[in-house]
Amino acid sequence: MSQKVLLNTKEVNIILHRLACQLIEKHNDFSNTVLIGLQPRGVYLAERITQILQEDYKVKNVKLGQLDITFYRDDFRRGDKPLKANTTDVDFLVENKNIVFIDDVLYTGRSIRAALTAIQSFGRPNEIELLTLIDRRFSRHLPIQPDYRGRQVDAINNEKVIVHWKENEGEDVVYLIEK
Amino acid sequence: MSELSVDHLLGIKYLKEQDIQLIFETADHFKEVINRPIKKVPSLRDITIANLFFENSTRTKLSFELAEKRLSADVINFSSGQSSVKKGETLIDTVNNILSMKVDMVVMRHPNPGAGIFLSKHVDASIVNAGDGAHEHPTQALLDSYSIREKLGDVAGKKVVIVGDILHSRVALSNIFALQLQGAEVMVCGPKTLLPKYISELGVKVETNLRKALNWCDVANMLRVQNERMDISYFPTTREYTQQFGVNKELLDSLDKEITIMHPGPINRGVEITSDVADSKQAIILDQVENGVAVRMAVIYLLASKIKK
Repeated sequence: MSQKVLLNTKEVNIILHRLACQLIEKHNDFSNTVLIGLQPRGVYLAERITQILQEDYKVKNVKLGQLDITFYRDDFRRGDKPLKANTTDVDFLVENKNIVFIDDVLYTGRSIRAALTAIQSFGRPNEIELLTLIDRRFSRHLPIQPDYRGRQVDAINNEKVIVHWKENEGEDVVYLIEK
Repeated sequence: MSELSVDHLLGIKYLKEQDIQLIFETADHFKEVINRPIKKVPSLRDITIANLFFENSTRTKLSFELAEKRLSADVINFSSGQSSVKKGETLIDTVNNILSMKVDMVVMRHPNPGAGIFLSKHVDASIVNAGDGAHEHPTQALLDSYSIREKLGDVAGKKVVIVGDILHSRVALSNIFALQLQGAEVMVCGPKTLLPKYISELGVKVETNLRKALNWCDVANMLRVQNERMDISYFPTTREYTQQFGVNKELLDSLDKEITIMHPGPINRGVEITSDVADSKQAIILDQVENGVAVRMAVIYLLASKIKK
């Protein structure tokens, strides 16, 4: 198993700030926008972007939720392991809101498909966008593309992209791992 | 652990402590789901479940059906009153006929103890026991423990007294197994005639004085007197039973501490519990009903995840 650094801490930091700026460009004061981190790994990215928006760019009232898609996945009973759920925390109505889904790695697009179904349980949003730190090109199973992407990566199927976060793994680094 | 150790839910006796924890953690998520504006998830779209009720039931049947529908399973219902069972069909034949219609899971209530276990050995489907005679009622015990955990934070170390007709109660037996598995202390309390002779062999305390029992416990689970299962008289009159084993406000107020009151339903108001207690803040009877749906969703979801296509 070999691993290669795709993005180091400095690069991750620059990209996060750029993504935050792109969000501000589109959503201004976030009065009608909510950010939704997708469980489990998208939540860290969503929290970090929210922090940057609030602290570095002084955007007040950024609404942040977390959505678990376990019960909406299309591979229930197809994988070897049953799928253990995570917490969903959406304590606001999404009716007529502009939603930004946030996930760390966009790969086949199936998680996003599940999230699109899951969010409907909380109302009918005005629009939904997708922000992802890593976009694995040429690996999509569904016609889903990000609106905001950190870095596009060409990775083959036996490679895996892993995002480490300071809060969890002690460093902000993105690795490409060959299985 | 992310998988149950069993393929059927036949009784608490067959579960491990980790199974119960997994069911509760999963139920937490489903409780959040059933409080959403849209209370439905698509997980079990390709699963068909037959609810076979060979005995009357209101809340368990509705609770199971709602749980199944909120998981998007297809549901068929069967009550023995309107069926060919009356024409002399055997249980295995009835169920195999239903399974030929491509049913993946069977939820069954049956008057005979062990009916679920028997079925699990002879038919090819996942079986959930929704009550078999005076044997077990596992989902009721799970939702009772889940409600205690929700109200008091934990089940381990808590003292729970089960009051009433222990002899005819499947709820009592399943509760004893479930509570002990999670490290709670259990006491049973009732008239001697309604306490099984060897009940202390299960490691439970036995008490015939309700006041003493209530003073000892953190939680009192009040059972209904099951008149329909009594072929002889176990106590002189209902009035006398109420005087000795019914809880009322006065009795609860005279205790040293505030205890939690549970009841699996249906309540006989004025017999085992008075209305002012049943409707008081100490009672978590309606929470039990709400939790019942979440816990049953968890059980069905976890069992369904083990059905391989």
